[in-house]
Amino acid sequence: MLSKVIEDTAVELLRISATELPVEYVREMDRLMKKTKGATGRAQLKSILDNVSIARKNSWPMCQDTGVVAFMVKVGDKFPLRSELKEIFTKATRRATDEIPIRPNAVDMLRGNTNDNTGAFVPIINWELVPGNELEIIAMPKGGGSSNVANHRMLKPGLGMKGVKQFVIEAVAAAGSQGCPPYFVGVGIGGSEDLCMLLAKKALLKPFKVRNPDPKLAAIEEELLAKVNELGIGAMGLGEGPTALDLHIEMAARHPASLPVGIVIGCWALRHAKATIGPRGGVKIDKSA
Amino acid sequence: MRGLEYHLKTPVPEADIRKLKAGDVIYVSGTVITARDEAHSKALELHDRGERLPVDFRGVGVFHCGPIMRKKDKGWEVVAAGPTTSTRMEIFEDKFIEAFHPAVIIGKGGMGDRTSKACQKFGCVYAAFTGGAALLGAQGIKRVKDVYWLEELGMPECLWVYETQDFGPLIVTIDSHGSNLTADVGKKVNANRDRLVAEMK
Repeated sequence: MLSKVIEDTAVELLRISATELPVEYVREMDRLMKKTKGATGRAQLKSILDNVSIARKNSWPMCQDTGVVAFMVKVGDKFPLRSELKEIFTKATRRATDEIPIRPNAVDMLRGNTNDNTGAFVPIINWELVPGNELEIIAMPKGGGSSNVANHRMLKPGLGMKGVKQFVIEAVAAAGSQGCPPYFVGVGIGGSEDLCMLLAKKALLKPFKVRNPDPKLAAIEEELLAKVNELGIGAMGLGEGPTALDLHIEMAARHPASLPVGIVIGCWALRHAKATIGPRGGVKIDKSA
Repeated sequence: MRGLEYHLKTPVPEADIRKLKAGDVIYVSGTVITARDEAHSKALELHDRGERLPVDFRGVGVFHCGPIMRKKDKGWEVVAAGPTTSTRMEIFEDKFIEAFHPAVIIGKGGMGDRTSKACQKFGCVYAAFTGGAALLGAQGIKRVKDVYWLEELGMPECLWVYETQDFGPLIVTIDSHGSNLTADVGKKVNANRDRLVAEMK
């Protein structure tokens, strides 16, 4: 049954994302560890890499903070199931909580922890309707530590791109040691006060180290990644080793009077996994960065 | 900036804590108890009312951690237990240290002046464990001795009492002599930020 395939796949994506860090990130941290001069910074990166390898080997969550459960979903307009999907993702979230297990992270402010990772508006699902007959699901559980250092500003349009770039530097400096660096930085520019934040979050999911197709934005990504690393926060904020592993920009058109900028920061454990499900239940899983 | 390496056993005498310097690497064997936002707040409330806590924090490790635990036939087992961001506890850690006299506060991301002052006054250190390294953390935990306040506060927020063997490596970033490594790095980062922002084209 198709609904069962989707549910099983969503559980599997939560398991993969919680337990297997994309190998591209692992290789990059290994490369940077070898380049890190200070023993403290190197020790932090070594602990991260050892930990990631234990997680992969045993299929255990690499971090105890398995995040608020979130899915980015693209529904093909000819995919047979649509309005039922929300309930399927909710069921999958409850199962994943017991089966993987992941930490119960949905707290009702008035009634306490729901203990099954579901609650009002949670799991968080971002919907997109696309042409075709397939369903694409990305599980993206994100820890609270790095989410707490997200930043948002409505800049004066007169500050222009220079103002945006200055804000990125300020936001990463403000995150400092708090969100488990080395970081991934997602920058959303334009749109509206809410859209820029969503774009910033989606920017984190863009292919690792692949620059923006717009050459002007690609140059800004390069410039900002280098400058963010000049801040010298270092692994775990101890001043040694890399501050950021990658930085992506997603830009929308904006209102003439507004320059919304959103910055979403991923910890070193930027966890995500993607699956594409065909109309007859064929599943393709993609673990790449 | 790497210092000496120490293997501490709880209850850690204050004199041993006073020997530690920022940059030292430590491992803790004995008792480590998890406590984060709500546990700190509840423990201090009980203390203010003159009530006894179900645990004794004196000389042990206090771990800023909301672990993933799994119930087994014979009690609980740790799945993943890494540190959470410690600055959230800055609002009451000084009072906590004064009230309960723990030896080592374990967390990530560093803490501020209030905690540093309490460490100097009462003989305590703050030691950082690599953020997210929850399985390395779990490896140092040999047994779950007890759990308190689970029903009321939930799995991430309650008090888990762990028996540890060489829990670490932890880097002392706040010692009892006024050094605060993360704060020092923060000052350099802010200077770099000001320069980068001023030079931006």
